[in-house]
Amino acid sequence: MSQTKRVVIEPVTRVEGHGKVSLLLDENNKVKQARFHVVEFRGFERFIQGRPYWEVPVLVQRLCGICPVSHHLAAAKAMDKIVGVDKLTPTAEKMRRLMHYGQMFQSHALHFFHLCSPDLLFGFDADPAIRNVIGVALKYPDLAVQGVMMRKYGQEIIRATAGKKIHGTGAIPGGINKNLSIAERDEFLKDIKQMYDWSKSALKIAKDYTVQNLEKLTPFASFDSSHLSLIREDGAMDLYHGNLRAIDSQGKKIFDQVDYSKYLDYIVEEVKPWSYMKFPFIKQVGPQDGWYRVGPLARLNTCDFIDTPLAEEARKEFMAVTNGKPNNITMAYHWARMIELLHSIEKINDLLNDKDLQGNDLVVKGQKRYEGVGLIEAPRGTLFHHYKIDENDQITMANLIVSTTNNNEAFNRSVQKVAADHIDGVAKITEGLLNHIEVAIRAYDPCLSCATHAMGKMPLKVTLYDYQGNEIDNKTKE
Amino acid sequence: MSDQITFTIDGVEVKAKPGQTIMQAADEAGIYIPRLCYLPELTAHGSCRVCTVIVNGKPQTACTQPVAEGMIVENDTPELLEHRRNLVDMLFVEGNHLCMFCERSGNCELQAMAYRLGILAPKYPYFYPDKPLDSTHKDIFLELNRCILCGRCVNASADIDGKGVFGFVGRSIDKKIAVNSDKNLGDTNMAVTDKAASVCPVGSINKKGTAFKIPYGQRLYDQKPIGSDIENKK
Repeated sequence: MSQTKRVVIEPVTRVEGHGKVSLLLDENNKVKQARFHVVEFRGFERFIQGRPYWEVPVLVQRLCGICPVSHHLAAAKAMDKIVGVDKLTPTAEKMRRLMHYGQMFQSHALHFFHLCSPDLLFGFDADPAIRNVIGVALKYPDLAVQGVMMRKYGQEIIRATAGKKIHGTGAIPGGINKNLSIAERDEFLKDIKQMYDWSKSALKIAKDYTVQNLEKLTPFASFDSSHLSLIREDGAMDLYHGNLRAIDSQGKKIFDQVDYSKYLDYIVEEVKPWSYMKFPFIKQVGPQDGWYRVGPLARLNTCDFIDTPLAEEARKEFMAVTNGKPNNITMAYHWARMIELLHSIEKINDLLNDKDLQGNDLVVKGQKRYEGVGLIEAPRGTLFHHYKIDENDQITMANLIVSTTNNNEAFNRSVQKVAADHIDGVAKITEGLLNHIEVAIRAYDPCLSCATHAMGKMPLKVTLYDYQGNEIDNKTKE
Repeated sequence: MSDQITFTIDGVEVKAKPGQTIMQAADEAGIYIPRLCYLPELTAHGSCRVCTVIVNGKPQTACTQPVAEGMIVENDTPELLEHRRNLVDMLFVEGNHLCMFCERSGNCELQAMAYRLGILAPKYPYFYPDKPLDSTHKDIFLELNRCILCGRCVNASADIDGKGVFGFVGRSIDKKIAVNSDKNLGDTNMAVTDKAASVCPVGSINKKGTAFKIPYGQRLYDQKPIGSDIENKK
């Protein structure tokens, strides 16, 4: 018999669906520190070691069922480098972009209509029994239907480019495995106007809500922070490819147009014993203040302009709220996300009308390299994939910094801010505190909320510790 | 001696030539008998047992059993379907078959057989064997986690390529494919153009540079189940 030892990892330990928050108080019962724990252990970086590199874009996307396309494409971009390809054919690059904008469109639509709209439409403190997607469907049936149809549109684009709506195979090292047929293109063009209209109305809801509640939202879970994203060479927002730009809370560039393959010279990951999620920070600023935010808010702040007319007009309105300075209002993530939704449909329209998508030149070959880095702007923010291979084409090293990890410290800051506003001298966890922590975390659209909030419930456990580390209260919301 | 033999498969009269196996006669008649190790151009050896049929009341492998006049063969019966499901199920749990990122997915005979037989998930517990991966050859990638010990590569390399690159070592549950080198596949004289490089029914012997190049919808078994090519001869 084989001597292999069988290790069973129970699903409950592998994927923990609960958000876990610890609040540490000082001697005066004021919040000293907040910790948003991520207790899932995935282990992808380890168990792909030894696998052949061409499997990786298909394998690592299994990290997620919500935005697998982002992992698929970031890994494929890294593998382009491994196979020695620096420039794809126009058909391959545009097919991948179409896949990516389809992903962005469906993910942003899902988050806005089904995950965050209950908070916006019913209020943060509304009864969770109605503050959920079913509540939205009952009271605002048109909105609920739009959310479903927009998500479907994006998913169909993913299917047409990657082969499947979830976990496809479209992007391969050096290119793509299919083009877009005329029939597929015409099917998408048929509904594009409707998608434009619904995107514009979703943007209006997010904008009006933010502007009308600006006084309340400005301090809510907010704090000054640096922002990081990819940026095109001319400073335009580019969700598929670019160089790295980081700015501080006032808009001053910390670094700009950095070739992302050199990311390790600029970003360091710190490990803390209480979370499986690492803490990245900007090297030149240091571990204390070098943390940053990523995602729609960061991208709106870092870019000089958006290269599609409707989204650019919306960006100008967005930036006007903070007089052109970076917007550090956490709840403005929702507005920024809807600007990107509109940008995505504009990009999809441009791509569908581009004849390169019907080209047949799909893959480029090059001279093998032993290391590859691929970055992409995923719906939730900058996603880093970095791999090394050996002479036998097997992976020897993998480093992934996912979007939610980049926002790790920002979660803590947001939770701390909310907690400080609720706990001031009285060491007790209230229902209101739980609700507000939930709303603050959801603004970032972390994977956690996607996985667990679909029915309006984000299982959340908040524990309160006194200054000596003794647990004094805890409350769980199922 | 007559140059034609008549027998029945599931009550259907089939004509065959003397010396033909049940499998050969059935294929010509457009009757599909499920199989995993059999390949017409290689010597049949009946190792996978998936093609087991009932011949005059007794189980026999269709790929090795010659036809005989008046023979009564049962193929498509609930009992044999269950038997084949169990065999395929055991092949799955004895290896590490992770279809979701296997480059042969959609073109894999084991996966296609499971779909054809209606297996959606294995009912037996997984063994999780510790099998090696050999990527030392510049053009070929050997992944023994997916090997079902069909022996096609052994026969093809010995009988067609005349190289004998592959062979079986070990017995029972420890039986595995080995290469005729002290080291790895990269140290053998195997070439990507060898027959042995293109007979593997699963994702165990793969040509480098071909992974995931066929999109969904165009893979071998995306549109029609395995065996359709034979059934279409009817």
